[in-house]
Amino acid sequence: MAAETTAAEEEPRLHRAREGRLLGGVGAGLARHLGIDPVVARLALLALAFGGIGIAVYATLFFLVPAENEAESGEDEQDASRRRGRDISQLLGYLALAAGLGVLFLIFGGLFDPLLWFLVFGAIGAAILWQQANPAQRDEWVSVTGIRSRKSWMRAGAGIMLIVIGVFGFLAFQQQLHEARAGLTFALAMLAGISLIAAPWIVGLVRERDRERRERIRSQERAELAAHIHDSVLHTLTLIQRRASDPREVQRLARVQERALRSWLYQRPADAESTVKAALERVAAEVEEEHGVPIEVVCVGDGEMDDAVHAELRAAREAMVNASKYAGTDTVSVFGEVEPDEVLVFVRDRGDGFDLDAVPEDRMGVRGSIIGRMERHGGSARIRTAPGEGTEVQLRMPRIAAAE
Amino acid sequence: MGDGKSTFADGAEVPRVVIVDDHRLFRSGVRGELGDAVEVVGEAGDVDAAVRVITEHHPDLVLLDVHLPGGGGVEVLRRVLAKHPDIRFLALSVSDAAEDVIGVVRGGARGYVTKTISGKELADAIVRVADGDAVFSPRLAGFVLDAFSATDAPPMDPELDRLTQREREVLRLIARGYAYKEVAKELFISVKTVETHVSSVLRKLQLSNRHELSRWATARKLV
Repeated sequence: MAAETTAAEEEPRLHRAREGRLLGGVGAGLARHLGIDPVVARLALLALAFGGIGIAVYATLFFLVPAENEAESGEDEQDASRRRGRDISQLLGYLALAAGLGVLFLIFGGLFDPLLWFLVFGAIGAAILWQQANPAQRDEWVSVTGIRSRKSWMRAGAGIMLIVIGVFGFLAFQQQLHEARAGLTFALAMLAGISLIAAPWIVGLVRERDRERRERIRSQERAELAAHIHDSVLHTLTLIQRRASDPREVQRLARVQERALRSWLYQRPADAESTVKAALERVAAEVEEEHGVPIEVVCVGDGEMDDAVHAELRAAREAMVNASKYAGTDTVSVFGEVEPDEVLVFVRDRGDGFDLDAVPEDRMGVRGSIIGRMERHGGSARIRTAPGEGTEVQLRMPRIAAAE
Repeated sequence: MGDGKSTFADGAEVPRVVIVDDHRLFRSGVRGELGDAVEVVGEAGDVDAAVRVITEHHPDLVLLDVHLPGGGGVEVLRRVLAKHPDIRFLALSVSDAAEDVIGVVRGGARGYVTKTISGKELADAIVRVADGDAVFSPRLAGFVLDAFSATDAPPMDPELDRLTQREREVLRLIARGYAYKEVAKELFISVKTVETHVSSVLRKLQLSNRHELSRWATARKLV
């Protein structure tokens, strides 16, 4: 145990614990230092105490080991006092245990009487099993049904083994091995019988509980869905009824709601922001919301965002805004293609189009925000348009990873 | 598809259409939007009714919703095409989810459009599919490009599992929102050639049994 914990990367230093201590905090501190359960440390100290060594060890540790820094254990008053209440009951338990062991010690008259040790084995086994079955632990079982942790199985196994060794050894050393064997057979037969009777019932209980859990999860999902629909869809429908006289506004509301619902239904939350595809769709959604012209986005491939692609998306955004505002069309198509070495974005409308040469030099929209921005970041932009033919803005940005 | 049917594109005849959708409001909406461009011979709201109506009327084209009670559009395709392989299907859906789109096209639909399509565009698409061509929405074109490029593994059947350079160009233009006529102009080819390319892509999409296609579609449940 000790070797295992020293190998651990950051083992807590040995302090006397303030938090969760029973007497001087030696047991709790030792347990924390070794990374074991305080109960084990305390039982070990208790057992050692009967040889007299334990008391000496405890006293030495108490005086030599520094107390834990008070500031480290920042707990509020209420919690601390609650803890203290529990501490006393635990302390009483240990005292009772010590008293019981003392009595046994007196009866059997010696530390080396094997009978005593078998009793102790049995008691420890029983303690482990009871510990397993306490309400907090049981809750844990419930929450991980089916994949009940290996650790708890191991503990239960160890507990059962200790009890078996204790009982069997006790009987054996009473020179009653024959009876013991007979008794054991009898006990096993009884146990088998009982489990045969109880098994269907237990299985039924487990199934029932699983079914209840599934039902609970399902009703939670339903509640979440209902809440979402109430917050978004019903809200939008109300708005639409109120604005029924304004077809453009109605269309805009419907589109916004559709988009929101779609992303809620299909989008994986993980890549909401960080990939090109998601970012392109978000940009399109924003422009659409601002200007009320539906924008259809198709994106092939996907990849991580980088600064240059950010600039490209800002240029694409400008192109979408232009198309929405000036093209006089009712739909804009956006196509993104993420290749290993470049990211292409096409923004196209079938609107009025314009004469590119007729655009004055000082018009910032096209030259500055689209062409200039792309060139500053190492990309290029081409604009194909003619009056009456619609417009297509083609943006091409090499990917940084490929350039290096 | 070189069968002896007259073409609907020249307007001499209008295609006979069955509309399959579980929303009655939507069916009547489509009916109204299409107007005289098609002759609607029947409607159905679920899989069983659809199979019955289609078998009874034997239309030129079925407008098929992807999501239907009783097994979905794919089930209608399976049951009808087994007996009447000559009936054409155009899938129509609100869903842009890749698995729905790819699923219904691989099930035998010759085209896929979203329900936001305008009445005129829908009528064009119907005529095109009824004539035996394929109709790809920009989104479907995007999906196909994605699906066919989303692998490093060598194709099992190069003939079916890979798009030609030209097919990719055509698909990219469609994904950019180009109509067939515009694609043809852009690539200096005829509209007929564009249609041939798209039909060949459709064939590859339907026949290629690359695992990637289905796996890709299910792995991407997003729009």
